[in-house]
Amino acid sequence: MKMLINVAESVVADALRGMAAAHPELTVDVENRVVVRRDAPVAGKVGLVSGGGSGHEPLHGGFVGPGMLSAACPGEVFTSPVPDQMVRAAAAVDSGAGVLFIVKNYTGDVLNFDMAAELAEDEGIQIAKVLVDDDVAVTDSLYTAGRRGTGATLFVEKIAGAAAEEGQPLEQVEALARQVNEHSRSFGVALSACTTPAKGSPTFDLPAGELELGVGIHGEPGRERRAMMTSREIADFSVNAILDDMSPRNPVLLLVNGMGATPLLELYGFNAEVQRVLTERGVAVARTLVGNYVTSLDMAGASVTLCQVDEELLRLYDAPVRTPGLRWGV
Amino acid sequence: MLDADFFRRWMTATAASVEREAERLTALDSPIGDADHGSNLRRGFAAVTAVLEKEAPDTPGAVLVLAGRQLISTVGGASGPLYGTLLRRTGKALGDAAEVSEAQLGDALRAGVDAVMTLGGAAPGDKTMIDALVPAVDALAESFAAARVAAEEGASATTPLQARKGRASYLGERSIGHQDPGATSAALLIAALAATADPEAADV
Repeated sequence: MKMLINVAESVVADALRGMAAAHPELTVDVENRVVVRRDAPVAGKVGLVSGGGSGHEPLHGGFVGPGMLSAACPGEVFTSPVPDQMVRAAAAVDSGAGVLFIVKNYTGDVLNFDMAAELAEDEGIQIAKVLVDDDVAVTDSLYTAGRRGTGATLFVEKIAGAAAEEGQPLEQVEALARQVNEHSRSFGVALSACTTPAKGSPTFDLPAGELELGVGIHGEPGRERRAMMTSREIADFSVNAILDDMSPRNPVLLLVNGMGATPLLELYGFNAEVQRVLTERGVAVARTLVGNYVTSLDMAGASVTLCQVDEELLRLYDAPVRTPGLRWGV
Repeated sequence: MLDADFFRRWMTATAASVEREAERLTALDSPIGDADHGSNLRRGFAAVTAVLEKEAPDTPGAVLVLAGRQLISTVGGASGPLYGTLLRRTGKALGDAAEVSEAQLGDALRAGVDAVMTLGGAAPGDKTMIDALVPAVDALAESFAAARVAAEEGASATTPLQARKGRASYLGERSIGHQDPGATSAALLIAALAATADPEAADV
C-alpha cells in the first residue's frame, strides 16, 4: 500500500504542520493538537469545540473559522482525542459565555469528552454537550453502542456555529444543535475498505464485486454485504433506509458525502439519483452539498444525510461561513 | 506486603509486555475494531513508564493514580479513559498507605473494575476487557498465578461472543469468532502483575 507519508507515527502532526502553513487564519498547535480560529476567544460569543479521530478530513479542523467551529481537537487516526486537548481547546475559546462540545457517538469520543467536561468545569468554564447520532444503519441500539455520529456533524456544526456567531447564549446554541441532530439521518455505503497508516493494509476485506451497505466512517459495517449495485440502486437503498426512519414534512438539507476515494464525477452522478428518489418520495430539497466532507481516509463510497429544516434553521445554515472546508456568503 | 516499588515494576512489566504484543493487539483489533489498540496502548504505557521515572511516587496508590492519569492523557479512544479509570480508581482505593497486602490489592482492583463497568456500561459477556478483568479479580483471592490464568481464559472465552459495546458492536454477528483485543490487553496487565509478584514462575 503506497501512501504519501513519512512514517505512520507522525502522520497527524505532519498534516497539522501543513494545515498551519496553508491557513494562517487558524492557530494550529501542532504539539498539543488543537486547531483554533485565530481571533478566539471572541468577546461574548459561545465557543464551539468539536473533535474526533483524524482521517475524516476536512472534519474537524477544516470546519474551524468564523460561522462554524471555534476549535477542533484531532486525535490519532480513527482514535478519539484525549481530554487534555479538549480542555486546552475550551480554555482557548471561552470568552466567559461558555463552550459547547459537539461529540459524535463513539465510545471513545463520549468518554473523553465527558472527562474533559468535568475538568473544564473545574477550571470554571461552563460546558454544554451535544451528542451526534444520526446513522440509521445501526438498527438495534440495545445491542450496540448506539447510533453512530456521521454526516449530521457538519449540519450541527454549521447551524450551531451560525447561532453562536450571532451571539446567542449557550443554552440556545445547545438546543439548536440538539434540534439539528434530532432532525438529521444518514446512511453510508462502502465500495472499498480504508487503509490506516498504522496498519498499512485495508482494515477489512471487501471483495472486488461487493459493497458494504450501512458502513460507518471507520469502515465499520452496519447492515449487509451485497453484490455491487448501480448508482441508481444504491441511491434507492440509501434514501429509503433514511425515509424508513424519518418522514420529513419540511424541506431538507441534503449532504451527498464522499468517503475519500470516490471522485466528484461519481458523487455528482450519485447526487442526481438521490435527488430523483427524493422527488419520487415527495421530499423537497432546500440546499444540496456534494463533496468530501466527512471522509474515511481512502475509502471509496458515499453517504447521504438529510436534515429537516424550518425557516430559522435554513437561515442559520445560509449564514456566512469561512473555514478551510466550508465557505460561503463571505 | 507490596510497596510502591512493586507497583512501579508492575507498570513497567505491563509496558514491556504491551510493547512486545502491540502488533498482535492491533491485528486482533483489525477485523472487529479500527486497528489501533496496540499502537494506542503502546504509546500510553511508554508515557506511564516515563512519568513514573520522573515523578517517583512513593505509595502504591500514588503510583496507580499517576499511571492512570497518564493513560487518560495519552491513549485516546475508549481504551484511554477505561484503562485510566481502572488504574486511578484502584489507586484511590488503596489510599495513601506505604505498603498494602495482597488482599487489599484484590479489594482495590475490584473497586477499579466496578468503576470501569460503570463508566463503559459493559457487563460480563459483552465481549470487552471486563471479560478478562472480572474473573481475574475473583481469582486474585486465591493467588496472582490463578488471576493470570483466569484473565487469559476470560480473554479466550470472548472469541465466540457477539460484541455489545464499543466499535465491534456494529459488526453484530460478524464479531463472533474474533478474540476481543481489550480483553486480551487486560490479560496482559494481569499477567504482568503475576510476573511481578513471582518473576521466576512467569515468563512475561
